[in-house]
Amino acid sequence: MSTANTPNTVKLADLPKAQPFAFSDAERHEIEHELGHYPDGRAASIGALKIVQQHRGWVPDDAIAPIADMIGISAAELEGVATFYSLIFRRAVGRNVIKVCDSISCFLTGYDEVKASLEKNLGIGMGQTTSDNRYTLLPICCLGACDKGPTMMINDDLHGDLTPQGIAKLLEAYK
Amino acid sequence: MSLEKDLLVKPLTARINVAQPQELKAYEASGGYAALRTAIKDLKPQEVQTKVKDANLRGRGGAGFPTGVKWSLIPMGPDSGAKYVVCNADEMEPGTFKDRLLMEGAPHQLVEGMIVTAYAVGACTGYIFLRGEYVVAAERLNKALAEARAAGLLGKNILGSGWDFDCFVHTGAGRYICGEETALINSLEGRRANPRAKPPFPQISGLWGRPTVVNNVESLCNIAPILVNGSEWFRNLSQGKSKDGGTKLYGVSGRAKRTGVYELPIGTSAREILEDHGGGMKDGYKLKCWLPGGASTDFLMPEHLDLAMDFDTIGRAGSRMGTGLLTVVDDKQNMVSVVRNLEEFFARESCGWCTPCRDGLPWSVKILMALERGQGRAEDIAQLERLTRYLGPGRTFCAHAPGAMEPLQSALKFFRSEFEAGVAKTPVAA
Repeated sequence: MSTANTPNTVKLADLPKAQPFAFSDAERHEIEHELGHYPDGRAASIGALKIVQQHRGWVPDDAIAPIADMIGISAAELEGVATFYSLIFRRAVGRNVIKVCDSISCFLTGYDEVKASLEKNLGIGMGQTTSDNRYTLLPICCLGACDKGPTMMINDDLHGDLTPQGIAKLLEAYK
Repeated sequence: MSLEKDLLVKPLTARINVAQPQELKAYEASGGYAALRTAIKDLKPQEVQTKVKDANLRGRGGAGFPTGVKWSLIPMGPDSGAKYVVCNADEMEPGTFKDRLLMEGAPHQLVEGMIVTAYAVGACTGYIFLRGEYVVAAERLNKALAEARAAGLLGKNILGSGWDFDCFVHTGAGRYICGEETALINSLEGRRANPRAKPPFPQISGLWGRPTVVNNVESLCNIAPILVNGSEWFRNLSQGKSKDGGTKLYGVSGRAKRTGVYELPIGTSAREILEDHGGGMKDGYKLKCWLPGGASTDFLMPEHLDLAMDFDTIGRAGSRMGTGLLTVVDDKQNMVSVVRNLEEFFARESCGWCTPCRDGLPWSVKILMALERGQGRAEDIAQLERLTRYLGPGRTFCAHAPGAMEPLQSALKFFRSEFEAGVAKTPVAA
């Protein structure tokens, strides 16, 4: 079967050229600092991925090879690491990332209702980003604040004792 | 009560101030770093090990292995080369929220515990493997380490002794399996967090193939108090409630009145923890069953509440004390849904390395979801029981899947009728 000229086929050469990845000075400096903590550069792999994510919101595919070069491992090995860890984002996320705890203590204290309220307020489901790029909604395992269940994190902020009614107001603070 | 007296009764939480933890000066004024000074000045490394062994401190991460014995497996001597101390601060066991309190509320006590431990085993470098979500703890630990370094308590030539040791915070990027100590070591080396085969144990071949001791946050926070006040004082902290030594951070989460963490003598009864400290169940809710210490422990029933919360007693009752923080399940909950939530967690967090775990856990979730919808098949319950054996101890590469089977097998034992109620009245097509 020929796929050459079917309407859905896009030739590689026709794709818009992505900007080549280049480290910012801050990224390079922070990764070098991280490398100083270990006798083996590989140990900085997660740290380096997190640094790039901190600056760009996520880790694009073309960042993998330059990061791998910098810490001295192969791109394939770094890709294996980058796809293993749940807090390394490999797709673009919204400006604010909401991580809702769905583990047992929060489940017992009202996770289902909180999740429903979040989905209704945002108009998206788990794993999705709002069309204005303002929020990404993700599930996360136990946040270690079980006495305040149900809980979630928005960016680096922990929120506990959530109620379905309080969600809208909470979200408003994150532009 | 003065802080000085308080530290003799509640060595772990007396200093805790989550709003504004003690800085170096205040920590030292309240007796901080006295243990490190004593160790370096007056004690040989093996003597520190002996003191911890004599204190009967059992590891607080969940398995309860005696901390002093763990250290004694590290090769010692002038030619023993690079060795490492790793703090397991990857607190991710559902229902567990004690290490967060220690790190946010008294970071110097953990740092001192790390340094003294390093001295006891002759380590050159330490890493605090901290879960990525604990951003406040990361900031406070880094500040405490910087203060200690600036004061000559950490780094080169510590307190003029000629001994060098430095310590760093290594933050993770998710995945529960990182809490398994060999998976943690792989993750720390910058690899996927698949567990390693044991033996060799990390004490012989751990981080970068070197002898490594991995201890939980709460275990390490007990080290300085043991050196300052003595092994006998520590053993007596349990007030005869247990043959283990020390206090324990207990806690309650779920629909209880005063959820939180409480430092009590180890061996305190679960009833005292839930009713006296946790205030009992919220009005309108009754206790249906409880997890003694995290998602990977077997359910116990209300009639088990008078048991002493220590490793041996809870073990004899058919469960594990685990991390010692109770998760209480109320009478409004359906056990099929509760177990489905637990198994979904374990299925998602499986590292995927071995087949029984990678395939068996999602299978259990699928069956539980069908039972939850009332569309289960008659043979489903027998299949779940088979899974508890096929994913049990000895069948998998690490303890992840066997841990996952603990709440399932105990729920099937105590609440079988709720599972049977999920079987469809008319047979469901395959």
